[in-house]
Amino acid sequence: MNTTTVNDTAGHHDHDHDHAPAGLMRWLTSTNHKDIGTLYLWFSLFMFFFAGALAMLIRAELFQPGLQYVQPAVFNQLTTMHGLIMIFGAIMPSLVGFANWQVPLMIGAPDMAFPRLNNWSFWLLPAAGTLLIATFFVPGGAISGGWTMYPPLYMQGGIAYDISILAVHILGVSSIMGAINIIVTILNMRAPGMTLMKMPLFVWTWLITAFLLVAVMPVLACAITMLLTDRNFGTHFFDAAGGGDPVMFQHVFWFFGHPEVYIMILPAFGIVSTILPTFARKPLFGYVSMVYAVASIAFLSFIVWAHHMFTTGMPLGGQLFFMYTTMLIAIPTGIKVFNWVATLWRGSISFETPMLFSLAFVILFTIGGFSGLVLALVPVDIQLQDTYYVVAHFHYVLFSGSAMAIMAGVYYWLPKWTGHMYDEKLGKLHFWLTAIAFNITFFPMHFLGLAGMPRRIPDYALQFADFNAIASVGGLLLGASQLLFLYIVVKCARGGAPAGDQPWEGADTLEWTLSSPPPYHSFVTPPLVK
Amino acid sequence: MQNVDEFLLHMWQNVAPLVILKSMGGINLSIPKYRDQRAGHSCWARTTSSLFALFARLVPALARADFALNLPTPASGLAQDIYDLHTLILWICFAIVLVVYLPMAIAILKHRKSADHQPAKFHDNLTVEIIWTVIPILILLGMAWPATKLVASMKDTSKSDLTIKVTGYQWKWEYEYLGDDIRFMSNSSTPKEQIDGEQPKGEHYLLEVDRPLVVPAGQKVRLVLTSSDVIHAWWVPAFGVKQDAIPGFIRDTWFKVDQPGTYRGQCAELCGVGHGFMPVVVEVVSPEKFAVWKQEQKALVAAAAANAGKTYQMAELQSLGEKVYTANCAACHQANGVGIPGAFPALSGSKIATGEVAGHIDIILNGKPPTAMAAFGKQLSDLDIAAVVTYERNKWDNKTGDLVQPADVAARRK
Amino acid sequence: MQTHTNNAYYVPPPSIWPLVGSIALLTLATGFALLLNKTAAGPYVMALGAGILLFMLFGWFGNVISESLAGKYAGQEDASFRWGMMWFIFSEVMFFAGFFGALFYVRNIGVPMLADAQSLWPGFAAAWPTAGPGLKTEIMPVHAWGIPALNTLILLTSGVTLTWAHWGLQKGKQSQLKLGLAMTIALGILFIGLQWYEYVVLDFTLRDGIFGATFFMLTGFHGFHVILGTVMLIVILFRSLAGHFKPERHFAFEAVAWYWHFVDVVWLLLFVFVYIL
Repeated sequence: MNTTTVNDTAGHHDHDHDHAPAGLMRWLTSTNHKDIGTLYLWFSLFMFFFAGALAMLIRAELFQPGLQYVQPAVFNQLTTMHGLIMIFGAIMPSLVGFANWQVPLMIGAPDMAFPRLNNWSFWLLPAAGTLLIATFFVPGGAISGGWTMYPPLYMQGGIAYDISILAVHILGVSSIMGAINIIVTILNMRAPGMTLMKMPLFVWTWLITAFLLVAVMPVLACAITMLLTDRNFGTHFFDAAGGGDPVMFQHVFWFFGHPEVYIMILPAFGIVSTILPTFARKPLFGYVSMVYAVASIAFLSFIVWAHHMFTTGMPLGGQLFFMYTTMLIAIPTGIKVFNWVATLWRGSISFETPMLFSLAFVILFTIGGFSGLVLALVPVDIQLQDTYYVVAHFHYVLFSGSAMAIMAGVYYWLPKWTGHMYDEKLGKLHFWLTAIAFNITFFPMHFLGLAGMPRRIPDYALQFADFNAIASVGGLLLGASQLLFLYIVVKCARGGAPAGDQPWEGADTLEWTLSSPPPYHSFVTPPLVK
Repeated sequence: MQNVDEFLLHMWQNVAPLVILKSMGGINLSIPKYRDQRAGHSCWARTTSSLFALFARLVPALARADFALNLPTPASGLAQDIYDLHTLILWICFAIVLVVYLPMAIAILKHRKSADHQPAKFHDNLTVEIIWTVIPILILLGMAWPATKLVASMKDTSKSDLTIKVTGYQWKWEYEYLGDDIRFMSNSSTPKEQIDGEQPKGEHYLLEVDRPLVVPAGQKVRLVLTSSDVIHAWWVPAFGVKQDAIPGFIRDTWFKVDQPGTYRGQCAELCGVGHGFMPVVVEVVSPEKFAVWKQEQKALVAAAAANAGKTYQMAELQSLGEKVYTANCAACHQANGVGIPGAFPALSGSKIATGEVAGHIDIILNGKPPTAMAAFGKQLSDLDIAAVVTYERNKWDNKTGDLVQPADVAARRK
Repeated sequence: MQTHTNNAYYVPPPSIWPLVGSIALLTLATGFALLLNKTAAGPYVMALGAGILLFMLFGWFGNVISESLAGKYAGQEDASFRWGMMWFIFSEVMFFAGFFGALFYVRNIGVPMLADAQSLWPGFAAAWPTAGPGLKTEIMPVHAWGIPALNTLILLTSGVTLTWAHWGLQKGKQSQLKLGLAMTIALGILFIGLQWYEYVVLDFTLRDGIFGATFFMLTGFHGFHVILGTVMLIVILFRSLAGHFKPERHFAFEAVAWYWHFVDVVWLLLFVFVYIL
């Protein structure tokens, strides 16, 4: 892919076949991958702020010991919904938004394979989002048993628990359809000459991610269907008295849940692997091994699920098996990190905002990887399971991993999407605020977890007070910094210096051969890739 | 930054202190005493611990309990092994961090466009790629070996001196000494006023109970765990023991603690609104004291049995009832009896608390599945239930004047 | 693999149906949640949602069929549909795999572990079928070599008749196509009828412990898929009568045939793991 060249760029710029209706109907009825991508991105940004606001309440309550602002029942709703909405409403949709925008552009296709289905995948999200947010206002409030929805605790709630199951079903339908669309687009609609091994790494990561989605979202549907029937139709899947087992839910859930973790990080790998070579002005190191590493991470993700369940008391053999497979993941992940560093080595690096976010990604994601390795070891995990160490770990992979890669990608492609340059000074300010506030918030959580603070508690013993106060200050700063992000994006969408077709001198993928913003149908005549 | 030397100087001055802080070693580690009692400690453990000791002296200002940076001081052999394993992994991670971050930092500082560095063209090197695949595999094997041995010993619950059954309830623990007729509930004893900020918080805020688990020092204690409602997790960090309690199933784990003292932990699995208020406290006492304690407990049981037929006065029942209510009911129904609309019903003015006494007793005895209203029949004595029923029927807006005796409760038990 | 043609890939014009579909599912889910929580409006809201969903399906598939007849799906689009259908069936495979996984888990891990917990469930012995240690129900499982075996035969035969119909279509023998389809549909309906009868005469329900739960969840979802497949076959029959399919191009027929064979294979697994073993 590093030698991708384009010899047919003529004829892309005629707009005579432009059928977009104006106004609201353009968005409601769109069959255009770029419009739908934009919808995904705005939706995820809204949900990011919504779930972020819940996090601000959590951190406010935890600023000092004692109960100050919210009662425990509400606190549990906040943590549960923060997790659920960040995962299903913010991270996943934004990555699908990237896929919608970038996959056709990067493989030289006119649009997605199923443009109408694509629109349905998106419009199911506001439906599910409405249901989820509405649960805050039903009697009893939103679900409060954690985003993992473990029974038997999940049996104890009111109507919000049924609504949330159905909302997650709808999200699942959306994800499966979206994933099938992406797979088919990649497999069937590449420009002539673009063999699989010439695809940009971002496209590769999404191909594998989409495969994971199709494979595991149905399993999630299966798990929550059993919850629904246990709650309402008298089945005993998770009730020992009837021969069921609550731990079985955890097995089925995490069979979905661990691949889900990679669903949220693999496209982020793809974004970073696109940005680093651009600003290092040097080809990505080890493209082939990157592809194999992503594929082996995906494969391993199917056989590590029970490492989320070491404290449930599995037999020795089970604990050892899942410990070994989990440790193995460090190898392909390590290869990726080494490749990124080798890409930077002897490059000609410049530090625009997307590059800053990507560099921070490599550094901070690696810390998250190390804490993951620590947690992979059963004895240490038993000590740290369900503590703030775990909270720190997954925020290092999900915030400084996925979310910061997403921000990097937004800055990187905003000029292409809008035709304008974003405000570089503000972008850098946003980066530094985010990176610093993030570490103030989450680094102390490692210490809290080691010292013995359980997660998901609204109040804590006095020895945890100092680090919690620091984390809360950092958290509020982190939240406030994201308002700057919103401002920068809106400002860039509304105007700014013209970006030109090719604003980054080191970029070599197909999207930069099109105008900024690209024409309505991306590649009407497929480019020829040598 | 003009050259590598300057960069290294910068790293030494600005980054090294951070690494030291991160290594957490020094701080609160204070070289766990337990180590001295065990023979045959591996070489790396001793090396790292002396390094930690060095750090501890270098940065005394950080050695405050409030900024505890590492696992708590181990009290059991298992916890010590976990501690050592964690330390080993941490050092390996630091080594890899250097290998990864150092070239990255050099590239960022030296190979930059503003320094007019011309980009190289290479994008593959099979040898290098094989090396950085194989070396991590070897490192992982080195980590897996001690971890495997430790997992095996953690799972080995055989040859225990004493078995205690631990049952999780929303939100308290029950301890039953199998073979001895001792069984009691262990409730959080932190006053609501402290939680709400109306009183200053005590030293063991949220980590104190009315009746701790008492175990003998130096003996292998096996716990068998289960739960009566949702999944809980029994956890004492200093023991290195965390085990989920799963309703309808039995799990077991073990610990052996040599040093008498009080050890504290918490429920570690989200179990509802009271999850943050479900402490575990273990008193480790000498075997002699433990024998005395067992005799006292048996005497208490006998005394309670002798009181079975007694009738009580209104004031007695009300004051006992308030205690039972605070420990068992207030988390959901609230201290003022108004509940949480939609989630937990109000008791003040409720049909059950002002209707027939029998119905009131029944719902407390049997609960209301599948809601969070648990069956308290096995958790509370007849006297406790009589007291709490009496209390609820005469508190807030409920002015029934009913007086319920333990015998009334006994009659409703099936 | 790439079937690049000179014609540009067909990108449909803006469409209202996806939005209608989302409104349908939102309404349906709201109604269902209300119904489950015994709110009077529940069934009506649900019915409204189902109505909107049907409306959407008619409208959307109507669009697709007319586009197909207008020859818009001649080139690369056809390959997209094939890939799409295959991955959809793969997602269905994973859905059933989840329930089969649950079945294997309780039989091999869950129930034996309950039997080990003698202090909680005195006297409970691991056996299959079981309704669990806390329910007093005796489970009389279905005899595999009665109706289930007959149903196996019916579904296998229906696979044969469907393939026979496909051969007819490929050779341009329209009457063989229609007859084969009609027979397949008849066999599908017969299967559903027998399964229904079996449900009625069974003396256990899905409330009867883990055996009832896994039995009804697996056979129930399978039965639902058979109903769906039969409805799809009926649509295909009508489209055959209208002369929509050509010997060289008939993706809709093939997609439904794949689906039907998938449902068939799931039944074989059910027959082995739910009824025989």
